[in-house]
Amino acid sequence: MNNATKTLVNGILKENPTFGLVLGMCPTLATTTSAINGMSMGLATMFVLICSNVVISMLKNVIPDKVRIPSFIVVIAAFVTILQMVMQAYVPSIYETLGLFIPLIVVNCIVLGRAEAFAAKNSVGLSALDGIGMGVGFTLALTIIGAIRELLGTGCLFGYNLYSDHYGMLIFVLAPGAFICLGYVMALVQKLMKKD
Amino acid sequence: MKNLIVAPAPHAHSGDSVRKNMLLVIVALLPAYLVSVLMFGWGALITALISIVACMGAEWLIAKFVLKEQPTIGDCSALLTGLLLAFNLPSNLPWWIVVIGAVVAIGVGKMSFGGLGQNPFNPALVGRVFLLISFPVQMTTWPRPLGFSGAYVDAETGATPLYYLKQVTKHSDLAAMEKLPQLWDAFIGMMGGSLGEVCALALLVGGLFLICARVITWHIPVSILATMAVFALLTTPEGVCPWNYTALTLLTGGAMLGAFFMATDYVTSPMVGWGKIIFGVGIGLIVMVIRTWGAYPEGMSFAILIMNATVPLLNKIRPKRFGEKKK
Amino acid sequence: MAKLKSSLTNMLLSLTCITLVAAAALAGVYMLTKETIDKQKSDAEIAAQQAVLAGDENGTPIKVEVDGFGGKMIVMVGFAEDGTILGYKVLEHQETPGLGDKAGQWFQNADKPGQNVVGRKATGNFTVSKDGGDVDAITAATISSRAFLKAVNEAYTKFQEAKGVTVETWTSATQQIEPENTICEEKGGQQ
Repeated sequence: MNNATKTLVNGILKENPTFGLVLGMCPTLATTTSAINGMSMGLATMFVLICSNVVISMLKNVIPDKVRIPSFIVVIAAFVTILQMVMQAYVPSIYETLGLFIPLIVVNCIVLGRAEAFAAKNSVGLSALDGIGMGVGFTLALTIIGAIRELLGTGCLFGYNLYSDHYGMLIFVLAPGAFICLGYVMALVQKLMKKD
Repeated sequence: MKNLIVAPAPHAHSGDSVRKNMLLVIVALLPAYLVSVLMFGWGALITALISIVACMGAEWLIAKFVLKEQPTIGDCSALLTGLLLAFNLPSNLPWWIVVIGAVVAIGVGKMSFGGLGQNPFNPALVGRVFLLISFPVQMTTWPRPLGFSGAYVDAETGATPLYYLKQVTKHSDLAAMEKLPQLWDAFIGMMGGSLGEVCALALLVGGLFLICARVITWHIPVSILATMAVFALLTTPEGVCPWNYTALTLLTGGAMLGAFFMATDYVTSPMVGWGKIIFGVGIGLIVMVIRTWGAYPEGMSFAILIMNATVPLLNKIRPKRFGEKKK
Repeated sequence: MAKLKSSLTNMLLSLTCITLVAAAALAGVYMLTKETIDKQKSDAEIAAQQAVLAGDENGTPIKVEVDGFGGKMIVMVGFAEDGTILGYKVLEHQETPGLGDKAGQWFQNADKPGQNVVGRKATGNFTVSKDGGDVDAITAATISSRAFLKAVNEAYTKFQEAKGVTVETWTSATQQIEPENTICEEKGGQQ
């Protein structure tokens, strides 16, 4: 496997932000009430990740070390705010559901973490790939958790009704269900990864 | 020669085993169960049967196919979990909800942590609280105690005494005091509630039997009930007889069942005296705080689960080692 | 290119440049999206108004805010000229999923006249049956139901005020059904 593919796959499997690095737990637990919500949150984070990784990688030589964290945060915050305005304008329903968690992407550990650990040390191309890999990994994780919670909690999958919500277990729509679900999915992923 | 156990004499065994203790607790639960069968009829029989079978089945399947180890259902602990879970459910609960509760109790509450002895939380209560949050409507529709004629599915439903107690404490609705059962009715179990929690008399008999048989000690039940009583005496709403109010506090809801049977679970309660007393006082306080100011009319399950989490800490309180000198 | 040293000038320069560019980018996107965002907001308002009026052109949509079980609840109610409720819509709420959040459909179920308020003539003192009224509360969510009916009652008062009539029945009725700290979601879980 060459370097580029390795970087791309790394974020999806080995260092999956949710199941491997266990970063960004707050949006993971709070926004995954349905598959669509989880996926939207994942995609929103992926957008910010890619953009901030590329820009920070480009600027890595003109940012003096001592002010790198404030600089990174300004870049990330700018992209998050842009995303917020665009979402508000064009996908208002998703914006309403995700609400507070869009601005909170700024403080998502994955974004700053990748800026610091990867983009500030690698080329623009590789940083973009890392952003895509991490973003896809995060999106996948959130979509899976969201799908399980939606299916068990309301009997739907991506809003498509599979069985009567009479049988839905409400706990999965609420916060405790998020923890239970995350725990079991994480255990399963760890078990499967160990087999390889 | 592999099976030869070498140990110093004397080679005596007290005869105590997990199985024996579990069976004693089940025997202690029987009076309360008989009363609930008399009060709720077929519902009590069916719910308990489904719960027990589902718990034992879940334990066997998980041990056999997920953990791939020898199933331990012979120790009767899954049977007890099933019975206790049923005690905490309304007797007219649809069968599939009972099965979900049993699978969660055993799968999430017990086997996920490694089986008997490893679980930090009382499995039956994990199942119950899971159901309470998942199916709030079905879990809070209580059949009236109609005697054995009551049918399983279409039983008439009504509010529990705790609902009226909450009206008194929270909404200062003194008229609700009238709707509360008489003390004697509450004592023998003529009131709505979960399958096994209604008859304080039978639960007391069972609890005292457990204490006499040295399966449990007095510390936890006494400290829970005493804390609740003191709290109730101090916070009695104006215009209500404090003794009556306190007695009703202890006789209604899951107070007796929780204090004698749920909180005293070996695995999830502290090991020695003072730890047990702190544990019990904590449960008593949390129950009363939830009952008086919280959103739920009853908080026994939540209180026990919350205090279960403190057990590793409370187990730091240990008896003096034999031969150790005081510093 | 070698990495810039952390001298004061370098730090000032790079931070200022980054913030300036970021600010410019934000201003640009703001201007580009402002119109669409405003349009979205007014569209949503108009759509809600049309929904609650159910096609009656002489009706009046009234928006009110009350405290629900979980927080603020914003309800829009459409009244016909004679005070008949044409429809309603819960615009914002923080009620418990599966319980209180059923308010969006519960009170406009034509098959269940006991819980339906749409089509009834507003009286200004709707109360749940538990409090002696004639509207069936959402199962296991009495507090949310009370809050919703309070919103409908308040909307009716506003509607009457707009017409120049004061409703007197309302205040006395609500004092009874709205004791302080009504937090207990009654049957939301006994034991």
